[in-house]
Amino acid sequence: MDFILAGLVGVFIALGIYLLLSRSVIRMLIGMTILGNGVNLLIFTAGRVTREIAPIVPSGLEVPPGPIANPLPQALILTAIVIGFSMFAFLLVLAYRAYQSMDADNTDNMRLAEPEKAPQPPLSY
Amino acid sequence: MATPTASNDLPAAMIAGLTPATDWVIVLPVVLALVGAAGLMVVRRSNGMPVIGAVLVLLAIIACEVSLIMRIAVEGPLSMTMGKWLPPFGISFTADIFGAAFALAASVVTLIVVLYAQLERAEADPRDGFHPMVLLLLAGVTGSFLTGDLFNLYVWFEVMLIASFGLIVSGGRPMQLDGAIKYGFLNFLATTLFLLALGLTYGLLGTLNMADIMRVAPLANTAAMTGIAALLLLAFGMKAAAFPVNAWLPASYHTPASAVSALFAGLLTKVGAYALLRSLVAVLPASRDLLEPVLAVLAIATLVTAPLGAIAETQLRRAIGFLVIGGIGAVLAGVALPNLLGVAGAGVYIFHAILSITALYLVAGLVEIETGETDTRRMGGLYAANAPLSVFFFALVLSVAGVPPFLGFWPKLLLLEGGVAEAGLGWWGTALVVALLVNAILTLIAGSRLWAHVFWRNLPADTGAPRPALAPKSTRSLAFGATAVLVVAIVAGGLWPNPLIEGGQRAAADLVDPTRYVEAVGLAEVTP
Repeated sequence: MDFILAGLVGVFIALGIYLLLSRSVIRMLIGMTILGNGVNLLIFTAGRVTREIAPIVPSGLEVPPGPIANPLPQALILTAIVIGFSMFAFLLVLAYRAYQSMDADNTDNMRLAEPEKAPQPPLSY
Repeated sequence: MATPTASNDLPAAMIAGLTPATDWVIVLPVVLALVGAAGLMVVRRSNGMPVIGAVLVLLAIIACEVSLIMRIAVEGPLSMTMGKWLPPFGISFTADIFGAAFALAASVVTLIVVLYAQLERAEADPRDGFHPMVLLLLAGVTGSFLTGDLFNLYVWFEVMLIASFGLIVSGGRPMQLDGAIKYGFLNFLATTLFLLALGLTYGLLGTLNMADIMRVAPLANTAAMTGIAALLLLAFGMKAAAFPVNAWLPASYHTPASAVSALFAGLLTKVGAYALLRSLVAVLPASRDLLEPVLAVLAIATLVTAPLGAIAETQLRRAIGFLVIGGIGAVLAGVALPNLLGVAGAGVYIFHAILSITALYLVAGLVEIETGETDTRRMGGLYAANAPLSVFFFALVLSVAGVPPFLGFWPKLLLLEGGVAEAGLGWWGTALVVALLVNAILTLIAGSRLWAHVFWRNLPADTGAPRPALAPKSTRSLAFGATAVLVVAIVAGGLWPNPLIEGGQRAAADLVDPTRYVEAVGLAEVTP
């Protein structure tokens, strides 16, 4: 099971990085999401995948009687999902506003902050 | 369970008593900033309330951090663990001298920037939530400096990032959106890579508490740990704008209002540099030793290329952005030098850069307001119009370049001593010394060229464009006064550097030999 998940993590991250290399902002956004999900899956796998043993302490005991599934990765991933989703939402709105005001989805055409044909610096001093 | 330190005895994993009231001073700066941000969000529509509230909250945060530093100076590193779970189960906040001193510097410059920002608030929408977002940014920065848990560090990075997103687009000019896309994507990618490294760390070690990692990392596979350290270097290097991954900084930092870019340049890259220092020198020292040649090459490339960019750039704040990157090179040089002097130099450099770079951006903002221009080719003659401003700018350029007796000289002196001490042991000791000196000379050339163009030469005749109306005199003198206070503090710190150098060396000793840090968290007596 771990090997399949590890392979899947590799595919997700490779796909995410491939899409991030694109010039189109929307593709970069999708790449970011896929990369983020790959990382979440990696944390899940890193916490060791255990089947069907819920991490619940029976009443009367202070610790679970035997080995249990590791609940911590779920807490980590939940945090990462919430953060990743809010970042994605912000970047999506940002990309839309940038498209509206610059009429560009292509990062090559976004040159307002860094003008393309900048003049030579002054040679005095 | 993957946690190697798991014990089957419940009381052994719980904190029995209450946390002593005095220990709350470790989390109070972050709590105050978060609560303050929420409160200011409520009153953001009222006139004048947000700025008064922000100043009061910041003064309270500064008071907490001063008392925190005074306690750490006496008792050594302090730690507090949340939620009644003993470390490594509970999330720890652990403050040592470096963390607390950087947090203090960060809140002081935030206070100065909030006062300065009144100058630009006149034109902005009063309900845009500037003050809450500044406090949230400070909460993220302070949390990153004080936390003792790697996953918690990731969360504070994201708090900082989302607040900075809000600030960078506030105003919504197309140029800002352009800068924000580059800033946003690359910084989000950096934190995702950091999270990737965290997942691998957790899989290998079963813990994310920094003090716990220090104890168990030597037992793990060296090659795997070095891979993780390299990934952390890439992630934090992107946040800090180190050489090959620094293009986002000069593309975005000059786009928002000058108060916001001063805050970003002073705080955000320094958090990345601090995370690099903490994670490589203190948490994973064995992997740092293996990565030393890589770190040295990155440091040298950053030190040499950044001021060249500043020399070639004509846009004032973009040129200063390249000087920010040069400073990161100096911190990297300290990380690449394994001795106490190098680490102390890197730490003191971060402290100096938080103050000096913010001040430099504030002065640049005042220049832009005074001249109504952003490009140095159309500036000139400002020495006649505003002589004190030109003195400030020149003093800060000397400080950033590291000319004695200004503040920037002392950390560079420590770094040079560290490099000379290392010179016999590998090629990079000598190479780093040379690169630091070349960086100082190039920075001086870039800074004095800017000074000469903005202040010294006569105003070019062809700019007949009408000047924009200046803000009211009261807010202008408030902004000027706030900048002046910061500059005077920097000059005074340069003239009286002993507490800084001694504190830096004591903090570096704790970073290189983390016994006291691990003890403070309370992990020393637990056997691995």
